[in-house]
Amino acid sequence: MELQLENIGHSYDGLTVLQDISLNIPTGRIICVVGPSGCGKSTLLRLIGGLERPTTGQVLQLGSPPARSINPLTYIFQDFALLPWRTVEGNISLVLEDHQLKTAETAAIIDDVLARTKLSDFRTALPRQLSGGMKQRVAIARALAVSPAVMLMDEPLSALDSQTRELLMDDLIGLWIREKFTAIYVTHNLNEAVRLGHSIVILSRRPGQIREVVEIDIPLDQRHPGEPELESKQQHLWQMMRDEAAAADKELIDG
Amino acid sequence: MADPAAAATATAKAAAAAKATTVPTKARRSVEFRGGGFVPQSRRWIGLVVFIVLLLAAEAGTRSGFISNLTLPRPSDVLATFVELFQSGLLWKHLLPSVSRLMVGALLGATVGIGVGILIGLFSLVRAGLVPLVAAIFPIPKIALLPLFVIWFGIDEGSKYALIAFGTFTPTVVATYGAVDNVDRTLIRMGQSFSLSWFSIVRKIVLPGAMPGILSGLRISLAIAIILLVAAEMLGAEYGIGAYILEAGALYDLERLFVGVTILSILGVCVSAALTKVEKHLLRWRV
Repeated sequence: MELQLENIGHSYDGLTVLQDISLNIPTGRIICVVGPSGCGKSTLLRLIGGLERPTTGQVLQLGSPPARSINPLTYIFQDFALLPWRTVEGNISLVLEDHQLKTAETAAIIDDVLARTKLSDFRTALPRQLSGGMKQRVAIARALAVSPAVMLMDEPLSALDSQTRELLMDDLIGLWIREKFTAIYVTHNLNEAVRLGHSIVILSRRPGQIREVVEIDIPLDQRHPGEPELESKQQHLWQMMRDEAAAADKELIDG
Repeated sequence: MADPAAAATATAKAAAAAKATTVPTKARRSVEFRGGGFVPQSRRWIGLVVFIVLLLAAEAGTRSGFISNLTLPRPSDVLATFVELFQSGLLWKHLLPSVSRLMVGALLGATVGIGVGILIGLFSLVRAGLVPLVAAIFPIPKIALLPLFVIWFGIDEGSKYALIAFGTFTPTVVATYGAVDNVDRTLIRMGQSFSLSWFSIVRKIVLPGAMPGILSGLRISLAIAIILLVAAEMLGAEYGIGAYILEAGALYDLERLFVGVTILSILGVCVSAALTKVEKHLLRWRV
């Protein structure tokens, strides 16, 4: 299943946050969206997943999602969004309970995603007992459980420290190598973008418009930190964003 | 990064500079501690000690004549009156009807209150319609409506249940819709993003999320229920702690008055302890 954005524009109470965004999201690739703070990255993601209606334009699904996909458009949130009163297992079963799966089927899915995210030993732990990195792993496991056609990742690593971020980036790359999922990955971290993105969409500051789309052809599993080509791409992205970010930084929050 | 040789000389220089400033003649003392305090710590028996000290002071004061018997009854006399009440079997005769009135009334008021509070929290139409109404009935002293309740529900148990239920209803509603409002919106959005049904979101996300607020609201509601118990028993109740207190008050029998008040107070402590148990069970995911 592919997604296509057609002239998306969005405004809150007359304040335009996104303007004229057209983009193709092909199957099996990770599209990173970067931009200065307040450029509407997260809004764009909410529009794509149907949590908000765009003011103008539309988001199109091309083709239908695979039959086994329980929740085709699935989010991973920055603040994990785990239910604190449910265990790791319970948080994953939450998203399966509404779909009339057989008990054995549910158990099999949970076992599988916990194994894939290396969480099998923590199935009965409560979120408060887990570190930030582990919480995000649970959220990733929950997303995998509904076998999404497209993953919508809203700064998934931004709440984590840099070491945990490295580890989780490796995990995400491992997961993608195993099963080439489609993802839109919103971040303000350029390093994450060049490590994970097949193409990187740079948004301007508010109102957010696409400034450039940078393609990176190196396979994900060969993008080691410190690689010269990645460094130069990151440098290029930063050059482009620098002035925008500085200007965005000086804006008043509510205009 | 600068080259390592330059960095090494820089650190060496810094170390030398640091050495030069620590002149040996200067006095060494540890840094003054300024932290600590402002953290509530659990001191289990202090509450009991305060209680006992107050009672002993009252006992000593009344025995020495410093406090006259008309001002305050002697604690040991109150205890003797209580024992007498217990031995005569009248204690249970008064306590059981009171507890059943409390339970029926509070259960009714709290259940309806939680229900209405959740509806207010979930539907803006209900909110717009009922919040002003609740605000209007909250400050009415429910005791003032006693005659009305007698006409509506009869002089028997009905009016007593209604009074207690009505009194617990309003604070429960206010606490409940506040708690529903405070449920983390990101969790609800998460539920929607996984296409959970509306009913699932309410049952699995909104209700557990509102539970801490609802329970702390119940603490207040149940205390109010105990207060209203006495008011309810002002009306033609033959037995009941409230009736017992009113009778003692009318006769200026301070010992019996204090026995009654103490029983209510113990009842309150028991209710609160039971709630703490429920909280520990339902909210074991916290802390």
